[in-house]
Parts: sequence; structure tokens; C-alpha cells
Amino acid sequence: MAISTSAPNNTKTHDGSPSGAPLARSRPSRIHRQRLRAAWLCLIPMLLVLAAVAGWPLVRTIWFSFTDASFSNISEYGWVGLENYLVYDDGAWYGVLADPTWWQSVWNTLFFTVVSVGAETVLGLIIALTLNAQFRGRGLIRAATLIPWAVPTIVSAKMWGWMLHDQFGIINDVLMTLGIIAEPLNWTANADLSMWAVIMVDVWKTTPFMALLTLAALQMLPSDCYEAAKVDGIHPVRVFFKVTLPLILPALMVAIIFRVLDALRVFDVIYVLTSNSEDTMSMSVYARQQLVQFQDVGYGSAASTVLFLIIALLTITYLYLGRKQIGGES
Amino acid sequence: MSRFNIKHWFLGGLAAASLVGGLQAETITISCGAVGAERQLCEEGTRLWSEKTGHEVQVVSTPNSATERLSLYQQLLAAQSGDVDIFQIDVVWPGMLANHMIDLSEHTDGVEEEHFQPLISNNTVDGRLVAMPWFTDAGVLYYRKDLLEKYDQPVPETWEQLTATAETVMAAEREAGQDKFWGFVWQGRAYEGLTCDALEWVASYNGGTIVNPDGEVTINNPAAKKALTVASQWVGTISPKSVLNYTEEEARGVFQSGNALFMRNWPYAWSLTQSADSPIKDRVGVVALPRGEESGQHAGTLGGWQLAVSKYSNNSELAADLVLYLTSFQEQKRRAIQGSYNPTIPALYRDEDVLAAVPFFGELFETFKNGVARPSSATGDKYGRVSNAFFNSVHDVLSGEANADQALSKLERDLRRLGRRGW
Repeated sequence: MAISTSAPNNTKTHDGSPSGAPLARSRPSRIHRQRLRAAWLCLIPMLLVLAAVAGWPLVRTIWFSFTDASFSNISEYGWVGLENYLVYDDGAWYGVLADPTWWQSVWNTLFFTVVSVGAETVLGLIIALTLNAQFRGRGLIRAATLIPWAVPTIVSAKMWGWMLHDQFGIINDVLMTLGIIAEPLNWTANADLSMWAVIMVDVWKTTPFMALLTLAALQMLPSDCYEAAKVDGIHPVRVFFKVTLPLILPALMVAIIFRVLDALRVFDVIYVLTSNSEDTMSMSVYARQQLVQFQDVGYGSAASTVLFLIIALLTITYLYLGRKQIGGES
Repeated sequence: MSRFNIKHWFLGGLAAASLVGGLQAETITISCGAVGAERQLCEEGTRLWSEKTGHEVQVVSTPNSATERLSLYQQLLAAQSGDVDIFQIDVVWPGMLANHMIDLSEHTDGVEEEHFQPLISNNTVDGRLVAMPWFTDAGVLYYRKDLLEKYDQPVPETWEQLTATAETVMAAEREAGQDKFWGFVWQGRAYEGLTCDALEWVASYNGGTIVNPDGEVTINNPAAKKALTVASQWVGTISPKSVLNYTEEEARGVFQSGNALFMRNWPYAWSLTQSADSPIKDRVGVVALPRGEESGQHAGTLGGWQLAVSKYSNNSELAADLVLYLTSFQEQKRRAIQGSYNPTIPALYRDEDVLAAVPFFGELFETFKNGVARPSSATGDKYGRVSNAFFNSVHDVLSGEANADQALSKLERDLRRLGRRGW
């Protein structure tokens, strides 16, 4: 699947002029032109590589989405226009955008994103605040919290899959022993539980990432604000909401955006835990199923393209807002 | 990739003379299933061929779930990868994969005449023989002889009888302290296996095969509704709720550990339940699956696996030779005796050694010969979607999210939509 989101790491856009000072740039100096040329020369290799590994597959996917290509014979296909997206035929609508399963997967993805990223942010913040305090063995704890993040998702999802197994999973065993549940729960197959199981595994895995980024922001905070607050005898909770949170908010926002973009593309954790079940199907799982399992390269590509557009739109919105904000700050 | 032959294996005390000198040995890669004893038998079979020919064989494992396996194959084949020379393919795949496979009829020398003809025609696409049948399959009913005797119950002839017997025995066993005992285990996860199970229920009530050979959607009928309603009543009563997530091996796990009275499964489970370390050895019987009420019929879904040679193989001649060896009379006989894999050669069903090892092959010959075919020929390239829609609908009925009436009328709409321009 040719879905690649460019991480918004270029928020610091420089046009070389302090904003608000309208420069008359009718004749850029020679030196400026030289520097521009040098900059482009340095960028060309990177752009070429990106075009080859990200651009080409993306273009090909979009191209296929207008055809009826099939996996059983990918070299022969015909042009079908927008039929894979939406078509009115014989009194009914067909296509990705008319498929209730697709909209179910869109809803699942949004639900998963909001809940998991929300939980990860809150938990990450709590862990970061804890690790920010001075205590013995802090380095060790800090390293230990990173383990879930270090384990590849496919491995941790499989591991959790066994732990959540209804017959011989340790989770059910512990809950039964403690008398919390009366009979084993079917975590990954039960329609009411499976989404929560997936979210739980994702939170377990990704909270360390959020904690780490938040911790980095916390360590940069100036201590004088806190000393002043201490002298004035202000309640710590108030200090947190009035001083700490506003100061770390920019860093936190970057972390949240990273996670949101990741969560919208989620595939591995869901596929390993619950396979193609419609209760937890994300947009990527849907696209893969159409593409690989049903061999419908055209239709699957259309789903991939819609997913790409959704993520691109969000990224562009974020960049635009971020630029305005940074412009306002400088 | 040719290199000098370095290694030779010893099997059953047969010391093979090591080939010294400049013999060029090739390596053939084969994908084998790993359900039950499949992998072991495959390795033994390929080793025998290696000793005969001096070429090496590499066996690669594939996912147990047929749905997953197909996805993996699709990716390999779409990339025109020559990594795997021989693919083990399901009985419903020849149509989908035909473009990627070589025509074996140039290599067979007419040996395909000896196999079940329906399988050969199933594997012949546009006049090309794209795969050789390796073993056939049909769903059968396993039961615990000792328990039926203990409670004086008959071997069930109909699903209604099975339900009643299962309830009786399960209640009594639980009374006796077996609190993990269940009446009936089967394959309820939403995957291809559920299509097989549910097709058996529907066909046994004379409810057809989802889509008929002419391509008409027939699933929305009273018999099919009746069948699914009966099955949905098993979940949580005689079958555990978790059966909704079982594949073949989970069901066998429960049955073989002595915790179930009845099991629906493929014949491969026979030799495993009879293995030396099986707690239920010698206490198992096998019969055809029950009929739906008195007016129904015994129906077992036709399954089975074929061997095909990839078009992208660099060694198609040798690969075809290995395929012919593995599907030969002798090798199928060995697999039938050691692993209870159903031969695709009718003559083997009259073979004394085979019948001694697997008594029910003789009794159920008709079941194997007349398996209920999934509608893969009628629906062609769209079979994957049809099956997916079917098992999801059935799963909804089983898990109580919809009743048979709603589920089947929605399924009918969806299938008509899929096939609106012909299959």
C-alpha cells in the first residue's frame, strides 16, 4: 500500500525574512541566489529518493484506483473512471464511498484514534511527571518504561493475542482467580470487547513514546517560575495547569499529531489481534482485504487513495495552522 | 543456484550412498501446510524424493488459516517471485491462481486418469491442468464411542438427534464433575472454515449451495434459515461461546483432551486422535455428518489440497517431477496410512493396508466421492468475496447479532450486487 505520510517536521518554514516586515525583494542579491542554488543542489538527492520510494508507489496506486485491475492478472486492466469510488448503477449506488463496511471502518479508525491517543497522552503525561521527579533509580525506571515501545508491534500484538486468549490466556486466568469475572471472556472475538482490547494493547505499546516526548519537554522548563510559585505558596495543581501545561503544550501537540497520523493508518495491531473482523476493521485493514484477499486491485487502490487523502488533508491543515501560529509567535 | 551435494539424510535405516563427484544438485522450494501432522509428512515425502534424485528440497511453512495462506500466495505471485517453486493450493483456488501456474499435463503422462475425475476437472482451467490433486477432504463427524455407550445413546443420524444427545451427555458429565465438558465443537471463526461448516448445515437441510451452478443466488430460502437457526442455538448451550473463534486445531484441542462428545472436522484429525499420546485413543468413531431432520441428506463440504508449479519457478521441470512424486499412488498411500489424509485415487480406498489404518475410508467412500462443492466455479474470481460475505453473515447469526431471516435477506442483496454483471 502506498500510503506514506510525510512527518510534519518542517514546521519551521523560513522565508528568510522576519514576518511583518514587507521586504522589497525585486532583485535578490547574488549571494542569495548562490545560496538558493546550493540549497536546491543539496535537496535534489533526497527528493529523487523520495520520488522513487514514496512518490512512484503513490502515483501508481492512484492510477490503479481508476482501473479494474485484479491480482490474478495484474498486467491486463481496463479504465473504469470513478466507478471504484462511487457509481450509480441500476437503481443503487456502488463503490467504496457507498459501502457500509467502508464507513464502518472509517468510524472504527476515528474511534480508535481519539480514544487511544487520548489515553496515551494522559498516561504519558502522568508517567513523564513521575519520571521528572528526582529519585534513586530514575535512570533504570526510565529505561524500563521504554521496553513496550522497543518491541516490534507485530511481536507485542501476537504476545497480547496469546495473553488475551479465551481458553489459556493469562489475563482471563488472573481475573478468574481474583473473582472479577465468572467465566473466561473472549477478548478478541467478542464484538463489545474486541475494540477495547485493541485500544488497550495500543495504549500499552505507545504510552512510553508519549511519556518520552513529554519528559523531554518537561526537562527544558525554566526553574524560576516554579521557585516563584513556591514562594507565593501556590497549590501544585494550579501550578501544573497555569505554568507547566501551557509551557509544554507545543511539544505535546507535536507528539499528539505524530500519534494521530500513526493511528489513522493503524494496521498491524488490529490485524494480528482480530484479523478481518468488521468490529475492529480500520481503513488500512479494509484496503488490504480488498486488495489482497479479494484480489481487487482497483477497488483496494481506491480505498487506499481515500485514506491517503484523509491523512494528507489533516497534515496540510495542521501545517497551515502551525505556520500561522509560528508566524504569530516570531 | 546450483551447488555440490553435501548433505544426505538417513531415513528408516536406509543408508543412502553419498553422491560424490560433480553432480549438480538443485534446490526446490515447496510450501506445505502445517495443520496437524501435515508438515512432518511433507518433509518425509520430499526427503524420499531427495534420496531418489539427489536434489534438495526446502520446505517453507505457511499460515494455518486458508484465508491467510491465499493472501500470502497472492503477494508472492503478483510480485512474480521465484522463491517458491511449488504451491499447495486449496480446492477453491485453481480458478484464481491459474494464470500463475504452469500446465502440468505436459509432464503427467496421463497419470491424472487414475484420480477422482471431479477433482481433475476442478483443477483444469481453460484446458490447462494447473494443479495435481494431493489429498481430498470432506467434513465428517467425530464422536466418543465410549461415552455414547456409557449413556446408551445412538450415533446421531440427524442434527436434532445430535443436539438432544449432546445435551444429555453434557449434563451428565458435568454432573459427574467434568466442568469443562462440551457437547459439540466445530469451526466458528469468521474465516473460510466457517463457510465449509455452514455450507454443510445448509446443504443437509436441502438448502442448496449459496449460489447455484448457473450463478443464481439461492441462499435466502426457508431450509437455509432453518439450518442456521438450529446451529445458532448450539452456541452457549452444547458448544462453548468461544467456538465463535475456533479453527480446526482449536476444536481438535478440546476434543482430543477429552472435553467434547462430538466434533466436526476433516479426516486429518483421525490419525492424531489415535496417536500414542492421545488421551482418547481407541475411543473415537467417525461417521458422515448428520442430515437436517428426517428429510435431509448427509453432506460434507468438499475440501482438499492440490500441488501446483509456479510459472516463475526457475526449475519447473524438476518441480513438476516432485509434484508427480508427491501425488503418486505410493506416496498417497503412505500419507493415508500415516496421517489419514484422503487419497485422490479411488483404487486406494480398496487398499487393505489403507483400510486397516483408517477404517472409515471404506464406509465413507460415497461421502468423499460426493462432497458438496463450494460455489467457487460458479463465482470465479469473486469467490473470495462471496465466501467472505457468507461467513460474516453466518457469524452474525451465530453470535446473536442478527436472526437468520435478516442475515440471509441482507446476504442475498449483497451477493446479487456482487454478481450483478455476471460472475
